[in-house]
Amino acid sequence: MIKIEDDHALVDVMGSRMYVGTIFVPDAKIDDYVLLHAGQAMTIVDEEYAKESMTEWRNLLDDRT
Amino acid sequence: MIELERFSDPDLSRHSLEAVLEAAEKFKAANGRSPVFMEVCGSHTMALAKTGIKARLKDHVRLIAGPGCPVCVTDQKSIDAMIALSKGPDRILCTFGDMMRVPGSKFTLMKAKTEGEDIRVVYSPLDSVKMAEENPEKEVIFLGIGFETTIPILALAIREAEKKNLQNFSIWMTTKLVEPVLRTLLDAGEVKLDGFLLPGHVAIVSGKRSFDFLSKEYNMPGVISGFEPVQLLSGMYKLLQLLLEKKVDILNDYTYLVKDEGNLVAQKMLDDYLEPYDEVWRGMSTIPGSGLVLKEKYASFDAKKKFNVSVGEPRKTKCRCGEIIKGTITPEECMLFAKGCTPTHPIGPCMVSTEGTCAAHYQYMRED
Repeated sequence: MIKIEDDHALVDVMGSRMYVGTIFVPDAKIDDYVLLHAGQAMTIVDEEYAKESMTEWRNLLDDRT
Repeated sequence: MIELERFSDPDLSRHSLEAVLEAAEKFKAANGRSPVFMEVCGSHTMALAKTGIKARLKDHVRLIAGPGCPVCVTDQKSIDAMIALSKGPDRILCTFGDMMRVPGSKFTLMKAKTEGEDIRVVYSPLDSVKMAEENPEKEVIFLGIGFETTIPILALAIREAEKKNLQNFSIWMTTKLVEPVLRTLLDAGEVKLDGFLLPGHVAIVSGKRSFDFLSKEYNMPGVISGFEPVQLLSGMYKLLQLLLEKKVDILNDYTYLVKDEGNLVAQKMLDDYLEPYDEVWRGMSTIPGSGLVLKEKYASFDAKKKFNVSVGEPRKTKCRCGEIIKGTITPEECMLFAKGCTPTHPIGPCMVSTEGTCAAHYQYMRED
């Protein structure tokens, strides 16, 4: 999320910029990552959970061998 | 964000695949057969095929595509009605891209467009609200096809149209819900399953809790999974582990996007604008409460009430999409697959849609 205005925001999608609706993510802040669907941000990416999921999965794989 | 990129890392994907193969072997040793999972979401079907995971797991995990492609599960008569809608004076028909090439009994939207009808592909339903504002002399109709991820956005479009007091905007609601169709499939028992790979994006809206009925009422485990290779495999591994440990549970393996309660703003939008409806499903007739339509007070935005469209009984073809979406046959078992029915000459929606099982198998799983 680059710029937030009322119920829409400017986002960067792999280098391209576009405006999307933010009504479904009222707590979104600048620099948050969001999931987009049909022009709307539907949820905010929880960075802590993303890191945790990856760490947990890598540990699980390593513990197997 | 680096973590998100790692979910597509090739080395990690290969390592994850080995883990799944190992767990699948343990299951086979304990049960005398391969495990059978249904991936509900059409995007999962496409991702499993495109990444090569489905082909690689062929003799180890049986993956059955479920009824998760919105265009594929729409019955033919509804498809014909939506296409017929395009033939009307002073109209702009707006749709998601998938509908353009879906075969109707007489023609497609693409054909109608080449013949001069005003049909426009939009990325967002809200774009069609804008078109209605900019073209007050035309009736703008949006084809509202979708599951729980999309339906709140249709409701939002109605909210915007109401705010702008538009008289020339309506949605043709043909929406579908995941829980009723899963119940119907499990009650019918035509396909024997060990568990579900559950739709990650639907779960963003409906929440992890919305799938608890599978474990509580049907004794069926499931894992809510993402769409990148490592996520698909991690989800499958966790599902296999549940089975090996004889645990029945619903796990959220997409925690960075899916919450227990889902998206409450989206759910409120559904409650405010929509109510349950008995939708007709391809190959399954009517399932009670399996769709959402506009509440009576929004009737002026309901294209089905506004426009009188009558179509005859659909043309009979040898298309077996209705069985594909239930998982009772694979695309390869359809005599038309890759012969009379191809992406350039489709007979049914499963071969056309970006989430269609036949399209996924044709593009990524054919052995020439």
